[in-house]
Amino acid sequence: MIAMERTLLELEPGMQGTIARFIGSPGFVRKLRTIGIREGKTLTVVTRHPLGGPVVIEVDGREVTLGRGMAVRVVVDVAA
Amino acid sequence: MKTVVLMGNPNVGKSGIFSRLTGTRVITSNYAGTTVDVSRGKLHLPDGPAGVIDAPGTYSLTPTNPAEEVAAAILGEADVVVNVVDATNLERNLYLTLETLERGVPAAVALNLWDEAGHQGIGIDVAGLEALLGVPVVPTVGLSGEGIRELVGRLGEARPSATIRPMSEEERWAAVGRITGAVQTIAHRHHTLADRVSEASIRPVTGGLIAIAVIAAAFLAVRWIGEGLIAFFFEPLFDLYTPIVMRASDLLGPGILHEILIGRLIGGEIDYVESMGLLTTGLYVPFAMILPYIVAFYLVLSILEDTGYLPRLATLADTFFHRLGMHGYGIIPVFLGFGCNVPGALATRVLETKKQRFIAATLMSLAIPCMAQIAMVFGVLGPFGLRYVVMVFATLALVYVAAGLILNRVVPGECPEIFLEIPPYRMPDLRATATKTWMRVRGFVGEAIPYLFLGILLVNLLYSVGFLDLLAAAFAPVMEAWLGLPAGAAVALLVGFLRKDLAVGMLVPLGMSPEQLVIAVTMLTIYFPCVATFVVLFRELGARGMLAAAGVMVTTALLVGGALRVILIGF
Repeated sequence: MIAMERTLLELEPGMQGTIARFIGSPGFVRKLRTIGIREGKTLTVVTRHPLGGPVVIEVDGREVTLGRGMAVRVVVDVAA
Repeated sequence: MKTVVLMGNPNVGKSGIFSRLTGTRVITSNYAGTTVDVSRGKLHLPDGPAGVIDAPGTYSLTPTNPAEEVAAAILGEADVVVNVVDATNLERNLYLTLETLERGVPAAVALNLWDEAGHQGIGIDVAGLEALLGVPVVPTVGLSGEGIRELVGRLGEARPSATIRPMSEEERWAAVGRITGAVQTIAHRHHTLADRVSEASIRPVTGGLIAIAVIAAAFLAVRWIGEGLIAFFFEPLFDLYTPIVMRASDLLGPGILHEILIGRLIGGEIDYVESMGLLTTGLYVPFAMILPYIVAFYLVLSILEDTGYLPRLATLADTFFHRLGMHGYGIIPVFLGFGCNVPGALATRVLETKKQRFIAATLMSLAIPCMAQIAMVFGVLGPFGLRYVVMVFATLALVYVAAGLILNRVVPGECPEIFLEIPPYRMPDLRATATKTWMRVRGFVGEAIPYLFLGILLVNLLYSVGFLDLLAAAFAPVMEAWLGLPAGAAVALLVGFLRKDLAVGMLVPLGMSPEQLVIAVTMLTIYFPCVATFVVLFRELGARGMLAAAGVMVTTALLVGGALRVILIGF
């Protein structure tokens, strides 16, 4: 399987990806990890609100809302 | 006396466990030096009574906001820690568990939401987890009370973990994965109806429709419960009270003391709204006019909170509130402010930074009329036609957005983005909801009502020495030249500092045109918060923040009032 790197923000609703890495400070990374967004986890984009609104993802059966500024700093592997 | 501290992530049913452990005698107060509410209660252990502290929910002991700082500080007070863990989400919860156990404090783990985990096909090897963590682990269901007795019984076994040693952050993440893998089994499960409802309520279109329905239902419920409480409880109570005050009025006879305690008799009778005495209006307004709606509001809010709907509402509202310098949670102060600005001001705490809290508090004071005021606006302007009522609310909505866009640009500080977990929908626990409502109502009575009393006393004194008339005369030029209003409206604006609904009523005898009334009512909302809100804002924002907010309010009021005058009346 060939995987392509994408930022979370580039994923369309319904798409899945495996979390590869985060771009940001240790504090930012900890914030994501402690809420359950961790490297190696599979995430599904539930919805992306229009007009600069937030992204909602599902990880381990839990939904998490995050702003676009954060979503663009989450790098995921997507099956090409 | 021993201190037991409940630690856990947000949304794990920690407050449910807390109320199961402590019963009803609970005190909620600010943690010293902060604005974070912490609940304290008592528990009977085999070796005597112990204090129980419910720490704010936190994901880790490296705090990222004031509530988490408080949680970390409270851990220092603990003789025993009960770490409440969400059994449906073990992996994420374990990080805090490990951090806590590494501190070497005696601990026990409550595997809460045990029934929900079962429904979701999640199995956890309790004995295995206990062996790996080195502390007692007890499955619990806060909602039904299952496992609470065993949890209390095993608190005596709580001791520092023998297996968990301090480690680095990366090691801790690895340990979380290892422990989860060893004790947890997950059966494959299909999308349930609840999942589909959950997803529908956070998608833009379906979610928006659901949000409108929920908000409408919430407002109707508040109105219905509030009116019911007034009609069937508070009014009858005051009917019993009236003969007593009338007798007191006769005994006192005319004079300054009568003026202050009973107020002015209207047609020989006590008018609870207009008499303005401490024992008449001073008791009636807070208890028979505000409190019923406050009780209703907090009940509905607690239910909304406990079902897990609010994070969804915040997600939907984020697109809008983000542009005003806040994020999705900015809707909470607005929502509460419509009931009463006091809890609205307190609710600005849901936002993380000073800038966000300042914007939220200022905008709410500017443009969100409280329930009592809304009722008066409808009563006064409604007879002239609904379009005048619409004018007022459209102006206020415009002010909210315009002021928000400007404040976002000029106020220095950070605006963190929305970042929240959406908990699954849950049936509210009636016990926990009742306790929460009761604690909030008690907080309101304790915090807001004394200031209201003080305010009425002050206005009465100023009125009786003729100061209010003097002030009205001084402000007459602004009223007449800038706003196109009669000088008497200045007195109403001054009284508005005390009670805005009362002030709206005072505009009626001035015989103004509907256009003038629109201007006066809009001004009344914008220019300044009522005294109770003012005091809370002062505490929340500090002296400098409050001064800045007041500047914004007065400036906006004058600009909007002047603009309305030009548009509605002409030069």
